[in-house]
Amino acid sequence: MHPVIAYVIAALLVGLGVYGILARRNAILVLMAVELLLNGVNLVLVAADTTVKAALPATGQAFALFVIVLAAAEIGVGLAIVLQLYRMRRSVAVDEVPLERVP
Amino acid sequence: MNVALAAAMPLAPLAAALVGFLLRSRRSAAALAITATSAALLAAVILALRFDKPVSDGYRAADFVDLTVEFGVRVNGPTTLMALAVGAVALAVQVYSVTYLRDDDRYAPYAAQVSLFTAAMMTVVVASDLVQLLIGWEVMGICSYLLIGHDRRLPEAPRAAVKAFLVTRVGDVGFLLGIAVLGYHAGTFRIDDVLAHDYTGAQLTAACLLLLAGVAGKSAQFPLHTWLPDAMAGPTPISALIHAATMVAAGVYVVTQLFPLFAQAPAALTVLAVMAAITMLLGALAAMAQADIKRVLAWSTVSQLGYMTGALAVKAPGTAMFHLLTHAAFKALLFLAAGAVIHAVGSNLISVTGGLRRSMPATFAATTIGLAALAGLPPFSGFWSKEAILAAAMDEGTGPGWLVYVAGAATVALTGWYATSLWLQVFLGRPRSPAADHAHEPGPAMRYPVLLLAVPAALLGFAGLAGGFVDRLGPGAEEVGHLSAALVVPLGLALAGAAVAWVMWRRGRAADVPARALLADAFHLDAVQAAVVSRPVSALAGAVRRADETAVDGAVLGTGAAALRSGTVLAGAHRAALPRAAGAALGGALLLGLAAILLEWVR
Amino acid sequence: MTVADALMLALGVIAVGAGALVVTSTHLVRAGFYLVVSLGATAGLYLMLGAELVAWVQVLLYVGAVVILLLFAVMLTRAPIGASDDLDRPRWPGVLIGGGAGLGLAALFVAAYGWMKVPRPPSGTAERLGEQIFSVWVLPFEVVGVLLLAALVGAIVVSRPDIGARR
Repeated sequence: MHPVIAYVIAALLVGLGVYGILARRNAILVLMAVELLLNGVNLVLVAADTTVKAALPATGQAFALFVIVLAAAEIGVGLAIVLQLYRMRRSVAVDEVPLERVP
Repeated sequence: MNVALAAAMPLAPLAAALVGFLLRSRRSAAALAITATSAALLAAVILALRFDKPVSDGYRAADFVDLTVEFGVRVNGPTTLMALAVGAVALAVQVYSVTYLRDDDRYAPYAAQVSLFTAAMMTVVVASDLVQLLIGWEVMGICSYLLIGHDRRLPEAPRAAVKAFLVTRVGDVGFLLGIAVLGYHAGTFRIDDVLAHDYTGAQLTAACLLLLAGVAGKSAQFPLHTWLPDAMAGPTPISALIHAATMVAAGVYVVTQLFPLFAQAPAALTVLAVMAAITMLLGALAAMAQADIKRVLAWSTVSQLGYMTGALAVKAPGTAMFHLLTHAAFKALLFLAAGAVIHAVGSNLISVTGGLRRSMPATFAATTIGLAALAGLPPFSGFWSKEAILAAAMDEGTGPGWLVYVAGAATVALTGWYATSLWLQVFLGRPRSPAADHAHEPGPAMRYPVLLLAVPAALLGFAGLAGGFVDRLGPGAEEVGHLSAALVVPLGLALAGAAVAWVMWRRGRAADVPARALLADAFHLDAVQAAVVSRPVSALAGAVRRADETAVDGAVLGTGAAALRSGTVLAGAHRAALPRAAGAALGGALLLGLAAILLEWVR
Repeated sequence: MTVADALMLALGVIAVGAGALVVTSTHLVRAGFYLVVSLGATAGLYLMLGAELVAWVQVLLYVGAVVILLLFAVMLTRAPIGASDDLDRPRWPGVLIGGGAGLGLAALFVAAYGWMKVPRPPSGTAERLGEQIFSVWVLPFEVVGVLLLAALVGAIVVSRPDIGARR
């Protein structure tokens, strides 16, 4: 099989994820884009297992597992923040969070 | 031994000055000053008696690889005579000042400053090195400034002091540059070496013209003459010492000592002749219209200095030296006598005097001798020296010579006029004010210096008949002591001027000089100087100050303000909201990745 | 082009296409569902690459938990059910950076690997992966556990209702 296919798919997922982070206004959509990005990374890690002659077998897959766990933790905390923001400001648009008005 | 004597002449007054600045009591200050000046005079007398041939000695004070500077003494004929004159006048002034400044509580620093001045003048007289001469020259300038401004109660004194200092300073710049040119090309500043060095014509002309600038400043030649009349705001003994006898003659003395250089630069001598002619006439014309005794004498000094520089311009330095000496004697005498008159009537104005012949007989006699010498009447000293100058001018023949002769002859007539006019108005006739009515002779300390100075004012001319004396005057003294038929012309002119003054006085119109306002203001040259020089320079200074405040200070302060402002802007950039922060982070990561790839690829 | 390749290509197209729809859709809820499709396709890709455990964990955690959480959040923030047109900020920075990153990485990979052929990898079963995790990577494993605890506690603290009232 040709690993380059998996790699290119991963690269495109990364690009889409970055685009989503920068272009989306809703905080939850931004978090969805972050998930896409992390998926792209995971795909690279898993595909690397097939091409890299590592001393330890299945390193990439182990790393991918860790990334998944981290993504889960991150989404939990992130959504808690988003919900708290919604309670305070009644809006979850990322560009409506003013930072300039420093008390 | 001669060298030691010559060295003692500046060093004794210098020591007195340094110690004198620390003294407070009048008695000790006077004693110290008079002692030191007497020592200097004694050294000058002994040196004059023992002198037989020129001698110079010194030690190397500074050695820059291409240039050397020496401090030492250089004694030749004119040195001995000048030293005598300076010592005598300085002593007379010190003694006179004890009484003249009896009511002044700042006498002690005054005496120390006069001692310092004497030391500086002696330095100029005996200097063996141009830099040493310059040091003495500049110290004289400072002392002149301090002494003119001595009486702080006079409102015009500080301005006059600053004016004197600045105008002479303008000349001193040229003087310094001239010395620099001479020293640089000769590799040394020693006067003997400079005189022996072979300069190119251009170098010599440039150096001489620059030196003439300093001479014009110090010796009050046109156009830098404007300071001398205003300097009369200083005490009268100072006017006698500095502004009549010694400092203003220093320029003439320096040219005399450096004359071998000037003789090779005819352009400089021509310029000097023109300056001298203008100065002579200007001074005499202005003297005719003054209402203040001291100002008449001040303008008269300007005019007589023009005579000396005229003699230099016609290549007769020895004659110039002779007139310098006689002028020192009679002008110092006149100033000190004027001081006595002013002291007696309490004012400087001529209109307040009158009929003082009866109440101040000794002063009258001495002043008569002084004014006769000034006018050039025989047998007094002024006659002999002016005669010699005019004869030398006639001998020279060419352009400068005739210019000096004609101007000199005209000036003789004018001098006769104003001298006689002054004599008649002050001493003859009736007293014109209560103060003149109650005038009396001053105390002995003020009287005896005047009487003593009358002796050389009367008799010094006869020294011109002695061969040894003429030798001492240095080269260019051929006409001294020779009387030719041509003396009729200036003598006649002087008597004619005197006659006109007599006639006008008899008619009671002695003060009605034609074009009085114009002459009294010396052709408004002061205003011209203010408009052409002072105001533009002040404006330039103001502009420079403003440029400094806005541009230089502005740059410094602006840097600080700019730093603060950029800091605030950057702080604002830091406070980025989420989208901008995310964009920055991801964009930065992309750029770093690209950079890494590029570097790998290049390698 | 073997069968495996063709299958991978197909799954990749689904994953990328669904991902594109996630980031460009105007419907909030539909974006969530497109994310499910994309994550599922990626799980399929893992299977093709021989990472079985990772694939099923992906389905369990990502599709099962993460996306559900996201949808919950969408509902709790009163997201509009229909299309909304104010979901996007100016697009050009995203296109620039995202496009640059994605295409750059793709180019990098193509330049690095080209049309290289590798043998089919051995299966990453739970047994084999467990051997690795609990021997070589046991320390990160424990730390990740602590991290999960911290995230749990943090999420609870952040969502306390009285934090909003204190302001």
